Amino acid sequence: MTTDTTPDDVTETIDVTGESCPMPVVRTKQAVDDMAVGDVLEVLATDSGSVSDIDGWAGSLETVSLLAQTESTENGQTVYHHFVERVDE
Amino acid sequence: MSSESATADAPEEPTTEPDIAALEERIEALEAAVDTVPDDGPKSMTIIATQGSLDMAYPPLILASTAAAFGWDVTVFHTFWGLDILHEERSRDLRVSAVGNPSMPMPNLLGALPGGDALATWYMNREIADNGTATIAELVETSLEMGVDLQACEMTTELFDYDHAAFYDGVTTDVGAATALQHMADADVQLLV
Repeated sequence: MTTDTTPDDVTETIDVTGESCPMPVVRTKQAVDDMAVGDVLEVLATDSGSVSDIDGWAGSLETVSLLAQTESTENGQTVYHHFVERVDE
Repeated sequence: MSSESATADAPEEPTTEPDIAALEERIEALEAAVDTVPDDGPKSMTIIATQGSLDMAYPPLILASTAAAFGWDVTVFHTFWGLDILHEERSRDLRVSAVGNPSMPMPNLLGALPGGDALATWYMNREIADNGTATIAELVETSLEMGVDLQACEMTTELFDYDHAAFYDGVTTDVGAATALQHMADADVQLLV
């Protein structure tokens, strides 16, 4: 279940700020492929479409679980934080 | 209310009881049949890419790389001007036509003047860079990395006199319409761009 609470067990972070569709989802998938089961990835994005896209993407895969999606403001710009756990091979 | 009038008003009882045992047996048989339906694997998509202008090169690549991120089996069959997407040199110099595109932020008359297409192309490339949109070359390379099968139609490759070596490494060559049709017949999603 998705929450707005930041998980405290992030094992890896990728930064796709400034990149637009389809790169946030594509880079997330590539990062998850290199992770072990139980690892948690934090994705930093500025593309507002990434909120719906990563939610939809994670929901369609049995190998990942979307733990949380949060927002912060960096230098006046909204940054979306997506926390994705690899749950299966 | 008396019991007699209640009976008189009630709808007619069915003449036979439903055969519960037979229905249960049928449900069990159907459930067993569902269990034996083979898992038909990941979804698949085939796109036919026929256009080589800068704007029309994006949709097939964006959909292909995203579908690959979903674990789909993706094939893009490039034919006619779509071949330019796979041509390493030409893919870095795709152009937009300013004429006949009412969405371009310039009048058609201006677009028809010499240099109109160059201006429209310059404008779109500037927007692509400003918005952090991936370049066509980046999307081709990413799609190949993710296992998308990018195919170059052999007939049009010969028609345009393109060398196989001019395509990105990993592009499938020597394929024709019959190959494309086979993938389309098996695909869950088929698109012509």
